[in-house]
Amino acid sequence: MIRVKSIIAAVLVTFGLAGAGAVVAAEAGKEIQKQSWSFSGPFGTYDQNQLQRGFQIFREVCSSCHGARLIAFRNLYEPGGPGFSEEQVKALAAEYQIADATAETGQRPRVAADRWPNPFPTEQDARDANGGAYPPDFSVLAKARGTTQPFPWWILNYFTAYQEGGADYIYALLTGYHEEVPASAPEGFELAEGKYYNDYFPGHAIGMGPPLADGLITYEVGEGEAAVPLTLDQYSRDVAAFMQWMADPHMVSRKEAGFRVMLFLFLFAGLMWAVKRRLWAKVEH
Amino acid sequence: MSGHESTYNPSNPVEKWLDDRLPLVRFSKEHLMDFPTPKNLNYWWTFGAILAVMLVIQIITGVVLAMHYTPNVAMAFDSVEHIRRDVNGGRIIQAVHAVGASMFFAALYIHIFRGLYFGSYKAPREILWMLGVIIFILVMAIAFMGYVLPWGQMSFWGATVITNIFSAIPVLGEPLLQLLRGGFAVDNATLNRFFSLHYLLPFVVAAVVVLHIWALHVPGNNNPIGVEVKSTRDTVPFHPYYTMKDLFAIIVFFIPFAWFVFFAPDILGHPDNYIMANSQVTPAHIVPEWYLLPFYTILRAIDFNVLFIDSKLGGVIAMGGALLVLFALPWLDGSKVRSGTFRPMFKWFYWLFVINFIGLTYLGAAPAEGVYVIFAKICTAYYFAYFLIVLPLLSRFETPKPLPTSISEAVLAKPHSGSAGAAVPAE
Repeated sequence: MIRVKSIIAAVLVTFGLAGAGAVVAAEAGKEIQKQSWSFSGPFGTYDQNQLQRGFQIFREVCSSCHGARLIAFRNLYEPGGPGFSEEQVKALAAEYQIADATAETGQRPRVAADRWPNPFPTEQDARDANGGAYPPDFSVLAKARGTTQPFPWWILNYFTAYQEGGADYIYALLTGYHEEVPASAPEGFELAEGKYYNDYFPGHAIGMGPPLADGLITYEVGEGEAAVPLTLDQYSRDVAAFMQWMADPHMVSRKEAGFRVMLFLFLFAGLMWAVKRRLWAKVEH
Repeated sequence: MSGHESTYNPSNPVEKWLDDRLPLVRFSKEHLMDFPTPKNLNYWWTFGAILAVMLVIQIITGVVLAMHYTPNVAMAFDSVEHIRRDVNGGRIIQAVHAVGASMFFAALYIHIFRGLYFGSYKAPREILWMLGVIIFILVMAIAFMGYVLPWGQMSFWGATVITNIFSAIPVLGEPLLQLLRGGFAVDNATLNRFFSLHYLLPFVVAAVVVLHIWALHVPGNNNPIGVEVKSTRDTVPFHPYYTMKDLFAIIVFFIPFAWFVFFAPDILGHPDNYIMANSQVTPAHIVPEWYLLPFYTILRAIDFNVLFIDSKLGGVIAMGGALLVLFALPWLDGSKVRSGTFRPMFKWFYWLFVINFIGLTYLGAAPAEGVYVIFAKICTAYYFAYFLIVLPLLSRFETPKPLPTSISEAVLAKPHSGSAGAAVPAE
């Protein structure tokens, strides 16, 4: 006998315990809004065009200060990613040099298997060049940031597989700059020299100046495609999506495998249920 | 085991030869197939088998992960990412192991709460229960050390906070702390010894699980009505009846497991653990994994001094006591009736205890300020009161409902007994 009540109770207890653990005190400040992403939910996949645009922003703007040490050039043509061709990626990699003691000059052009270069040789160099602030590595940054929802809404996240907190945060951060300290700032807030005010950065004083602005980057428009708006909002979305991909480059194949596994488990469970039921039909229990 | 004859007859000379020297087949037949099991076990009883499978899954995935992981402060973080990005099948194996820890605890808590409700800790199953408590404590230690291995911010600061607990112990505290950390602070030595112990202790758990099952097979299973097996009419052979039922439950359990592994592998962890450990930057909130939160709350709830015991030591005593009190449970609950089904007053206190425990979990992740502090104290007080006051007193004052004389009688008295798919009255 399946006791529906028992199963419901077991599920509730499990999620109750697991969910309770996920609650984190909400930071003071503006609440980060959930955005609509092509990669959200169990059916979500990356939008190739968006990843290519995001890569362009990363390369032309972000990568002058931020590294991505876990990203190999080959990732850029692997399935589920931005979908560049192998030739494009090899040519791109060759534009960057890497130290190699076995090479004649001590340096050689990068190949597809090499990682994305760091803009600074050491953390100290990075700090010196950025007014003491350390630009974090982008490799898993989208996973290292998140949002919080008030009780009881975060419970829903377990059922919708909400994994886009990082992208939501990055989008909010990039669009959350103010030229001057706004009225919404905490009382008595004083912006330190060389810092910028941001609605969503913890403590509001961020060392990075607003990196993006309307019209900063020109996107190439493909044949027969509608032009993408050249706005801060669009840039922020695109680069947030790209960072999500960098943090989780194999999401698409993982979800595809997930569907096969789920289908198998449901069918197998059904069969097991039928066998078990038939077996027990003879027993008073 | 006890009280039933072996039905094994070696069918050929080779089996006969083996049986005279090492009766492995006979042993397996008696314990894995013929073992008489009460026929009225409900699905709460399948979590034992689910846990056995989870332990095996954790060990197998863990052994594979150890082939690619590097226990070094400079390389650990990237080596985990290397597994997820570059190792064939690595992202699935790593996700199964990380999510598996949470699923293991989900099953473990259900298994423990099943035992608490149906009085599975009462005579003659005290040793069985105590072995279970040992497994629980060991698994908590293993999971905690496992969480340190990716060497993220929560790994590092969790390790710092939790090892620091030991410094509260008088006299022995400081040397013990240094022994645990392998130095004055959490560092490479800590990571290495945690990795070593994280690999070793699961095999100790496996050994205790063998004892746990041995101790189960001496008195046999408890059951939802808590009346001992009276005759063979009350039982069915373990195989095929419970092998099939357990297998079905295991497959169903795999569905939420797979959901997390494939669609939300990071949702049960903390984003801060994707930041590499940094001893110079303290996270805003240091939160252990969800399954340790109830006990973390109890640790933090004691923020006042009692006589010569300062709050830090008091917290450690309370947290240790919360676990150790479980060992005394068989003697604290004096009621002769095992199953909560027949204990009208017990039921109320039990479900309050369940809600209280979920409350303790919730509070562990909440900041230690304002109203949360008061709730933490109330919940901690009820946790102890349940074991030390409620259960001992209930056995004196409670009048249990009349018990069925046997499992068979109880089964026949059920309204829709035997018709498959029918709902059974709540226990």
